[in-house]
Amino acid sequence: MDLVKVIESEQLKTDIADFGPGDTVRVHVIVKEGNRERIQVFEGVVIARQGSGVNETFKVRRISYNVGVERTFMLHSPKIAKIERVRQGRVRRAKLYYLRGLRGKAAKIKEVQR
Amino acid sequence: MGRALLGKKLGMTQIFDGEGNVVPVTVLQVEPNVIVLKRTSVKDGYEAIQLGYGQIKPQHVNKPMQGHYAKAEVKPRKLLREFRVEDAGQYEVGQELAVDTFKEGDLVDVSGKSRGKGFAGVIKRHGHSRGPMSHGSKYHRGVGSMGASADPSRVFKGKKLPGRMGGKKVTVQGLDVVRVDVERDLLLVRGSVPGAKGSYVTIKESVKA
Repeated sequence: MDLVKVIESEQLKTDIADFGPGDTVRVHVIVKEGNRERIQVFEGVVIARQGSGVNETFKVRRISYNVGVERTFMLHSPKIAKIERVRQGRVRRAKLYYLRGLRGKAAKIKEVQR
Repeated sequence: MGRALLGKKLGMTQIFDGEGNVVPVTVLQVEPNVIVLKRTSVKDGYEAIQLGYGQIKPQHVNKPMQGHYAKAEVKPRKLLREFRVEDAGQYEVGQELAVDTFKEGDLVDVSGKSRGKGFAGVIKRHGHSRGPMSHGSKYHRGVGSMGASADPSRVFKGKKLPGRMGGKKVTVQGLDVVRVDVERDLLLVRGSVPGAKGSYVTIKESVKA
């Protein structure tokens, strides 16, 4: 029995929505300002997921005022209140770093046909 | 001088603190330490306690050590270490010291035997820089100046040279105790600790606390 693994697994969230690269997600981030806590939403395309266990992170990219903004979140961080999947995108690779070089319509990802 | 424990390094991981920040921690297993011997200033000239840690099969303990443990009426232990304390009178032989000797927020110094690196050159061992690897250079990773010629016509003592590296006692000072897990006998300290996984470490109250 590996106690280090046990400590790690205790911190894992169990209620994480199913999402992957290409999906558009809304990440509800808990922001602390002094004593006040509020929730900030960051919406964008998931361009990568990496790591495993407690160390798993995902990158979300959005265009804000014509500037590309990318944020990396720890998947199991208590600072994330909720992750919602808004759109499921159809992509053919796991890391979508090529989106950084594309703008406007070219950077659009097709939705999965159900 | 004061609180001290023996433990075993289990490995490193990350945990989230109360605010959700990621903290890199080393997990130390600290099963209850047992006091095997007391040193007093009257008898020995100084005050100290001898702690025993870990399990060992009785057939691996030699006769003299069997006697030592029998005198304290405790089971034989893998590791014995002596720690100076201010007053050994407040401890009893056979008494067990558990992880809760330390509490969250304490500063501790952790010592262990560093991982052996074998026979290492000066770049790895002393942090020297290397010469150019190409462009006609024949000086790559070697030792630098081996002394001047006529004067002093010898190499000064203490010249940094290749040799055995690691496998020595190393102390890391001022580590934060992030979590104390009494149920599982675990101590989580912030940052790294010398030694390989499974190696024994001593945890002392920080001298700089």
